[in-house]
Amino acid sequence: MVLGKKKDKQAKAAQAGATNGQSQPSKAMDPSHPDWHKGEDILLDVRNLKMYFPVNSGLLVQRKIADVKAVDDVSFFIRKGETLGLVGESGCGKTTVGRAVLQLYKPTAGEVYFQGQNIAGWSTPQMRPLRRQMQLIFQDPYSSLNPRMTCGSIIGEPLVIHGLSKTKAERRERVAHLLEVVGLNPFMADRYPHEFSGGQRQRIGIARALAVNPSFIVCDEPVSALDVSIQAQVINLLEELQAEFHLTYLFIAHDLSVVRHISDRIAVMYLGHIAEVANRQELYDNPLHPYTQALLSAIPIPDPVIEEKRERIILYGDVPSPLRPPPGCVFHTRCPIAIGACRTAVPELQEVSKDHWVACIRAEGYRTSATALAPASEAKPK
Amino acid sequence: MAKVLEVKDLATYFFTADGVVKAVDGISYHVDEGESIAIVGESGCGKSVSALSVMRLVASPPGRTVHGEVVFEGQDILKLSESEMRHVRGNRIGMVFQEPMTSLNPVLSIGYQLTESLMLHLGMTRVDARERAGELLNLVGIPDAERRLKDYPHQFSGGMRQRVMIALALSCNPKIIIADEPTTALDVTIQAQVLEVMKSLADEFGTALIMITHNLGVVARYAQRVIVMYAGKIIESGSAKQIYGDPRHPYTLGLLKSVPRLDESRKEKLDPIEGLPPLLINLPAACSFAPRCKYAIDKCRSEVPQLEMATDGHVSACFRSKELAQLAKAHA
Repeated sequence: MVLGKKKDKQAKAAQAGATNGQSQPSKAMDPSHPDWHKGEDILLDVRNLKMYFPVNSGLLVQRKIADVKAVDDVSFFIRKGETLGLVGESGCGKTTVGRAVLQLYKPTAGEVYFQGQNIAGWSTPQMRPLRRQMQLIFQDPYSSLNPRMTCGSIIGEPLVIHGLSKTKAERRERVAHLLEVVGLNPFMADRYPHEFSGGQRQRIGIARALAVNPSFIVCDEPVSALDVSIQAQVINLLEELQAEFHLTYLFIAHDLSVVRHISDRIAVMYLGHIAEVANRQELYDNPLHPYTQALLSAIPIPDPVIEEKRERIILYGDVPSPLRPPPGCVFHTRCPIAIGACRTAVPELQEVSKDHWVACIRAEGYRTSATALAPASEAKPK
Repeated sequence: MAKVLEVKDLATYFFTADGVVKAVDGISYHVDEGESIAIVGESGCGKSVSALSVMRLVASPPGRTVHGEVVFEGQDILKLSESEMRHVRGNRIGMVFQEPMTSLNPVLSIGYQLTESLMLHLGMTRVDARERAGELLNLVGIPDAERRLKDYPHQFSGGMRQRVMIALALSCNPKIIIADEPTTALDVTIQAQVLEVMKSLADEFGTALIMITHNLGVVARYAQRVIVMYAGKIIESGSAKQIYGDPRHPYTLGLLKSVPRLDESRKEKLDPIEGLPPLLINLPAACSFAPRCKYAIDKCRSEVPQLEMATDGHVSACFRSKELAQLAKAHA
């Protein structure tokens, strides 16, 4: 298998990097998550990531008047070979997290450890060798492929950029192989994107990401633009590729049933913050954050018999603007169980049981002084 | 129960330079008074065109309804003149479209758009219409309704805009509302709000509801009967319980198996439908699902299956519909 081959030097370098990461000085650690990955094989560790987009105004002199806090203090990690699902509604900052992790946006603050190295704020030339390790699959298979390039040259381009193929023949052979891997016919290499259907285009996007033998792929809503029957084909393909090439995924989507299907662990985001992180079964069986509970109950199950019996939590109102996020817990404006303290204290992400993290002072098992601060009269659902 | 709408052998073709696209090819169904039905299918299966044909909103040329009848309140509305049709549209039949931003006029206030149809169809005075418009916005759950009548569509969020569309569809007390992918453009928590509002109001006013969607989950909760379309034809229809519990067409079965379910207990492999939906130009005289079907036999490739009764009120167009359950079991 050509794809599976990894240069020894590279592997060693990566290993060295990983050990470096384990011995990072403790000041780089998030104080609220002390030693949260003792002895585990962590590929990506994101700590206190912030991504603000300035809003400028002024006719002649542009002045910054505010920040859109797309991502505000987000921390999570991904183990080698696992899939972390990142789920949330539109505008919650999930795509921004993906892009900031890949340094396509330069984070405002925070650290991004990839294989033990803090890559936050790295310049484009610094990032270039690392791009071979981390790739991105885009949401829209129509706008993410250059209509003037053939499918073969789209998939072959990363090989040229990273100097991975010496001759044209070698490149053609590799492209043909990649096409086969993603379930397309090698003779399709000479076709243009418009000659493919949505699902096939998404396969081309996947082949392009695989071309450089990455270890980590950010999948940004890879199936939301596709029809259900095609969605299943692409999800299965992603799962097969993960098993074959030992890939690690950050799977970003708004559809919780798809995320739950493909992920090992799931992080739920709301308005730039992570509300809850848990493994797929725990999140479904024992959701602790009221937003997760509402999100789960809002997703319909295709079975009328089950649907009849299901209780629904309907959230009132809309998601607030990230330009002026509410103080305290960002969810308190829509939360059915908010108390006074929720309006002032920003809840930190805390591990309430093994691998189950939640940021809600009202969640079961959450230890905080803020709950004690709340007057007893306010401690009931409003 | 009385039928409020009956569609008989409706066919809408598009005449293009490449050939005739049979977007809707002879479909028949009915809706009872106050009933909620769903039309399910993937993009390009003709579900939206079938709704537009009922409303006579298909762009012509290239589209044309070539034959069929749409009987609404005892008359075939395909035979009405354009001015008579305008009294039906928006008045007796309401419509909610997929994209709330493009279906509301961006340069007119919400109040203007709501009062326009009230004054036109119901002959209300401006003052009465204004008051009624405020009530309607209140009804669909828009806070501070009176004041918001002055606002323009861009000042509303996606979910709120869709609520305005529902208010608009309900405004003239229609007998039936056709909702074409009403929540596809919305987030899940907002989706739940909007569907809940739509269903409860339809129940309250006794309005029948046709929901067109690709999301099998949405349908399970809100529809009593489900119609599954593929390549311009109805391939199966029955009560929601029959369709989900005992599907009799391999396409329906495939759709159900290819969506990951939130309540799946362990990580199971999805069972996708292989291949792609057919192009609707020059379809061969055969079952159009046969090329993607796991259970296709020679007969499927040479004859067109007709809708046949499977059980009471449950029809399917498949030569092997009776054996399907066993075939699926053997396959798994």
